[in-house]
Parts: sequence; structure tokens; C-alpha cells
Amino acid sequence: MGASQSTESNLTAGIQRHLSKIVVAPSFAASLFFVYGFILWTGYMAFSKSRMLPVWDWAGLRQYERLWQMERWHVAIENLLIFGGLFIVTCLVIGCLLAVLLDQRIRAEGALRTIFLYPMALSFIVTGTVWKWLLNPGLGLESMMHDLGWTSFEFDWLVNSDMAIYTVVIAAVWQASGFVMAMFLAALRGVDQDIIRAAYMDGASLPRIYFGIIIPSIRPVFLSAIVVLAHLAVKSFDLVIALTGGGPGYSSDLPATFMYTMAFQRNQLGVGAASAMMMLATVMAIIVPYLYSELRGGKKNG
Amino acid sequence: MYLRKTILATGVALSALATASFAHAEPTAEVLHWWTSGGEAKAVASLKEDFEANGGTWVDSPVAGGAGDAAMTVLRSRVLSGDAPAAVQLKGPAIQEWAEQGALADLNDVAAAEGWDDVIPGAIQDVMKYEGDYVAVPVNVHRVDWIWANPTLLEKVGATEAPKTWDEFNALADKLKAAGITPVAHGGQPWQDATVFETVVLGLGGPEFFQKALIDLDEDALNSDTMKAVFDQMRKIRGYVDADFPGRDWNLATAMVMNGEAAMQIMGDWAKGEFLAAGKVPGKDFICAATPSENGYLFNVDSFAMFNVSGDDKVEGQKLLAELIVGEKFQETFNLLKGSIPARSGVSLDNFDDCAKKSEADLNAAQAAGGFLPSMAHGMALRGHLSGAIVDVVTAHFNSDMSSDEAVSRLVEAIELAKD
Repeated sequence: MGASQSTESNLTAGIQRHLSKIVVAPSFAASLFFVYGFILWTGYMAFSKSRMLPVWDWAGLRQYERLWQMERWHVAIENLLIFGGLFIVTCLVIGCLLAVLLDQRIRAEGALRTIFLYPMALSFIVTGTVWKWLLNPGLGLESMMHDLGWTSFEFDWLVNSDMAIYTVVIAAVWQASGFVMAMFLAALRGVDQDIIRAAYMDGASLPRIYFGIIIPSIRPVFLSAIVVLAHLAVKSFDLVIALTGGGPGYSSDLPATFMYTMAFQRNQLGVGAASAMMMLATVMAIIVPYLYSELRGGKKNG
Repeated sequence: MYLRKTILATGVALSALATASFAHAEPTAEVLHWWTSGGEAKAVASLKEDFEANGGTWVDSPVAGGAGDAAMTVLRSRVLSGDAPAAVQLKGPAIQEWAEQGALADLNDVAAAEGWDDVIPGAIQDVMKYEGDYVAVPVNVHRVDWIWANPTLLEKVGATEAPKTWDEFNALADKLKAAGITPVAHGGQPWQDATVFETVVLGLGGPEFFQKALIDLDEDALNSDTMKAVFDQMRKIRGYVDADFPGRDWNLATAMVMNGEAAMQIMGDWAKGEFLAAGKVPGKDFICAATPSENGYLFNVDSFAMFNVSGDDKVEGQKLLAELIVGEKFQETFNLLKGSIPARSGVSLDNFDDCAKKSEADLNAAQAAGGFLPSMAHGMALRGHLSGAIVDVVTAHFNSDMSSDEAVSRLVEAIELAKD
């Protein structure tokens, strides 16, 4: 009797000891297969002759060569640089500014914070559709200004091949800057008030305090924000589809929309897989140094 | 306790029923399609009724989204896992691609019994056959090279009918523009740009040039002065559309013609459905005319490809389905609902509208003159990667200030790259 009780308690203890591992195991196995397994599969497809159906015939680097010879891929990459660069920088500037302004212990802070954060709750499809209407010259802003009597007003970026990608930046910034603001606000609140008070005592001006003390002390948040925004930029798909449809022509194509077109509409699985691998490489180029610095930093601190 | 017994009994009854229905080799067909809205959904429902009235069991597999992209993804995985649906909505050279994979079933015995060779136009037969064997069945013929015009607006500049040549087209459009009317309603989406492009190729180059350039992809034809003239005309048309055209859906462009906001639209005859749904009368409220060409006719034929299936009930179901689809009854009901014309001869067009009758007459004339050609923009003439390469250049040219010379050289380059 006593013996069986002790085995039972051993078992319970064993389960408890491994509980976290048992709970995590299914999702670990699933992500191992569905994420990393399919990354490997896509990686192989990019070296194969696949067109309509996946085939295993080895094609070497031919698909990558074809990819880089395509005018449309160059447009997509160029757009990613414009979009990604502007999106990240603008979001950081606006988010940081909003956070600093909200940090001034103003009235109705809660309400304002919610208002700025709400766009993040929308899906990109909704954002894209709303901005499509707002920016359509015959329907939105331009036509409203004309109706109000300002007939020389012109804002036709959405239908202009050279400017269409910038409308994507506008919509994306509108959506994501509130989120960046929330990140910064949390960090600002975490700054040690004693240091700030000491700076006050020494007679430092408010801008000086922000630029000299507070912002440098929240530098890790910048890094996190950049990583979050960068991967949002690289995987942007639905926003472009809803807002411009990749157009006019293919002038606002991004790598993700390019990949979809090749793999699912043109029976070019090989080229599509190659472009997907290029996207993965871009994300890795951002994430890996970040993870490395985080992990190394963790060891140093610990 | 009582409840449990009931459940048990029901379960037994159900499984008995299931066994019973498997015991009969009833003709069964699973149909994968993306006709899920409006007239198209009704058209599919008419096929289902027909099939069930003939003793078949219809398994519906609609996959909506992405104009068939989603359905194609489903199809790929189904075929790879060895469980293909019996019939799949599939068109153009995609049929040949699947046939090359050995995935399609042979319909020759049904074809012989029903005499398909005599009733289906030769150019459509070519699309439905792989190495001489029928592997797919056509359901309709859409014509692509149409001009839909608003007669009231044309009258304002003294025109009573649609232009007969592209010079007339330009003259008319200039007059309309001078009168403050938007000459051309257009939606700036790549496939719509390509639709206009191919009608211009057909008109300026003639059927023979169309065949060489957009079907055989002959480099001399692609690199010719005629092709430059085509791009010049595209640039002209660009000047005839309103400023807000990018991204507009085709039916909104049709609505512009209907509501008198623009004079003409170049679009396939699915545009007719929009007019008819709004209660407009052909010839009175709107004009349907062919785009300028010499006996040219660009067809866009929807079809069902028949995949290899195993089991007597499924094979029987597939054959029955193929027979019914090409049958006169279905071709009439389906095409009345879809706005196209039957893909076979011998169907009376009495119940169809005047535009459909014109389509049929032009089809016969074009066939006699050798101008009955598959549409490039709608995936009838070329495989996806080749037509995609052409569409990219066409839409890049139309939406920028690219010169015709550059467009032609890019076209040649893009084709070369896509070919290997």
C-alpha cells in the first residue's frame, strides 16, 4: 500500500517536472514540421524544375537566374526598399513623437492612447480598402477638395505608377505607428524617475533630458520596434492587394505579391519558391543579428 | 439510456443506408469549380439538376476565391494525393499541361457516340483534345473582342454605330473627347489592359499576325513594325480613358457606359450580363459591336477537364456528365444563364438575345475566313507563364510613358526568358 502510494507520487512528481515539456511538445512538433519542414521543402523547390506541379528534377541555380532576370522582380525589390525604409523610419519617428507627447501627463491620456492604438486592431485588408477609397482621385480626398472649391488640388498617387508605392507607405504607417507608440510609451514609463529628477535639479531643459537621457536609455525598444516593423514590411501582402492590387500595372508589386503571382497564377512554382527564399533571406538578415545580440546580451547580464 | 439506444439505432440504420447506396454502382461525379456567384452559380445548378435527373449523384466541390487560383491549389494537392475529382473547371492550355502529367481521362467513346467531331468547332476541339483524344468538354463560347457602346452619347457627336476601323475609332474618340465625354471606359487591371491589347493586335495585324505573334510567339512578328503600331494605338487609347481608371473592376467600367459617364468599353460578352441585369435592351439602350477587325473572333471557352478516377460508379458518372455537358439541352440553359453562346452547333438560338445571335453569326463567318482564334488575355492561347510575360509588358507600357520601341524590345526579351 505504502509502496504503491510512493510510486504514484513519483509519477505525479515526474509529470509535474516534465509538464512544461509535455504541454509544449505538440506545438513544437507542429511548428517543426509545418514551418521548418516547409521551409526546407520550399528551399528544395527553388532548385527544382517545378512549374505547375512540384517535381524533384534538379535545376541548380537556374530558377534564381530567371528570377533575377525578371524586370518585375526588380520592381518588387525596389518597392520593398522604398516601402520598408520609409515605413520603418516614419513609424519610429511618429510613434516616438506621439509617445513623448502622451508622456507629458496630459488629460484623457487613456482615451488618446486607445485612439492611436486602434488602427492596429484592423486587418490590413480593411485598412487597404478604406485608404483605396480615401486616395481615389474621383472618390476621396481629391474630389472632396474639388467639391469644397479648391479645384487646383491634386493628389493622384494611387493612380500614378511612380507614386503608388508611397500610398502603401501612408496606409501602413497609419496602421502601425500607434503600435510603435505603445511600445515607446511603455518604455518611457519604465525609465527611472530619479535620474530625470536629478537632471531637472541640474537645470537640464526638457528636450535635453529626452535626447540626452531618456531616449538613449530606451534604445533596446528601438531595436525591437525595428525588427517588428521590418518583418511586417517584408511579408506585406494583403495591404497591397487591397489598396493597389499591385498596380497600376505591376508598379506597386512587393516580393510577397510577386511570389503569389508566380506560384499560384502562372504555374511557375520554381521561380515562386526562389523568390520566397529571397524573402526568407531578407528576414534572416534582420532577425539573426538581432537574436544573436539578444542572446549574447542575456548571457552577459546573467 | 433511452437516448443512447436511439442514437445507436440511428447509427446502425445510417450505416446500413450507406452500405446500401455503395452497393448500387450509381453514377457519381465530384465537380470542382469556382462558379459560386450570380448567374454562374445558377448555371452550375442547372447542370446538377440535369445530372441528378439522369440518375447521377453529384458531389459539389466549389472553391471560391482568386478567380480560380484557390481551386487550382486544391486541385494540385488532390491530384498529388491520388484523389482527383472527376471533373474540374479548367480551360485553355492548362488542359494540355494536366494531360501531359497523365492526369486526364480519355473521353473518346463518349465523343464517338455523341458525334462531337461534327458539332464542336475545330479550333475548340484542338483545346479539348490532347494528342487527338478528347480529355475535356466545352461548356460555352465567350467572345472577347466586343465594343459596348452607349448610343445616346454617340449621337451627341453624330455617330449612329460603333467604329468599323481603328482609324474611325480614334476619330470618334477624339470627337467625344472634344465634346467633354470620356470616350473609353476602362478598368486598369492587367487582364483588362491585355484584353484591349489583343483586340488591337487582331484589328491592326489581322488574324494571321495574331496567330504568329500571340500564339506561335514568332520573334519576327513580335519584333515587327505592326507590333509597334499596336503599342502606338494602346498609347492613344490610354489618352481616351478617364484619370481614375487604375484598379477599377470591369463591371464598374461597364456601369460607366450604362450610366452615360463614358461612351465605349472594350470587354468580353460577360459585360452583356451587366446590361441585361439592369433591364437594358440591346440595340436600343446599348450597342454591341465587334472591335474593328477583318472577320476576327477571339474566343474564351470555359470547359471541364475529366480527371482519371477509379471505380465503376465514378467512371460512369464522369461519362454521363461529359455527355450531358455537350448535350443540346444543357448548352442552351447554361448559356442563357451565363450570357455566352453554346460551344456546339445544332442548338437553336431563338431564346437568346440579339448580341448572342450576332456572336453566333460572326463565329461562323470567322471560322470560314480563318479568323476564329483563342484569346491570349483569357488564357486560351498560351500557357500561364508565357501569357503572363506578355501581360506584364502590356500593362507596364499602358501604365507608364514607355515608348513603343521599348515595349517591343521588352516583349521579345520577356518571351525569351519565359520560354526556357
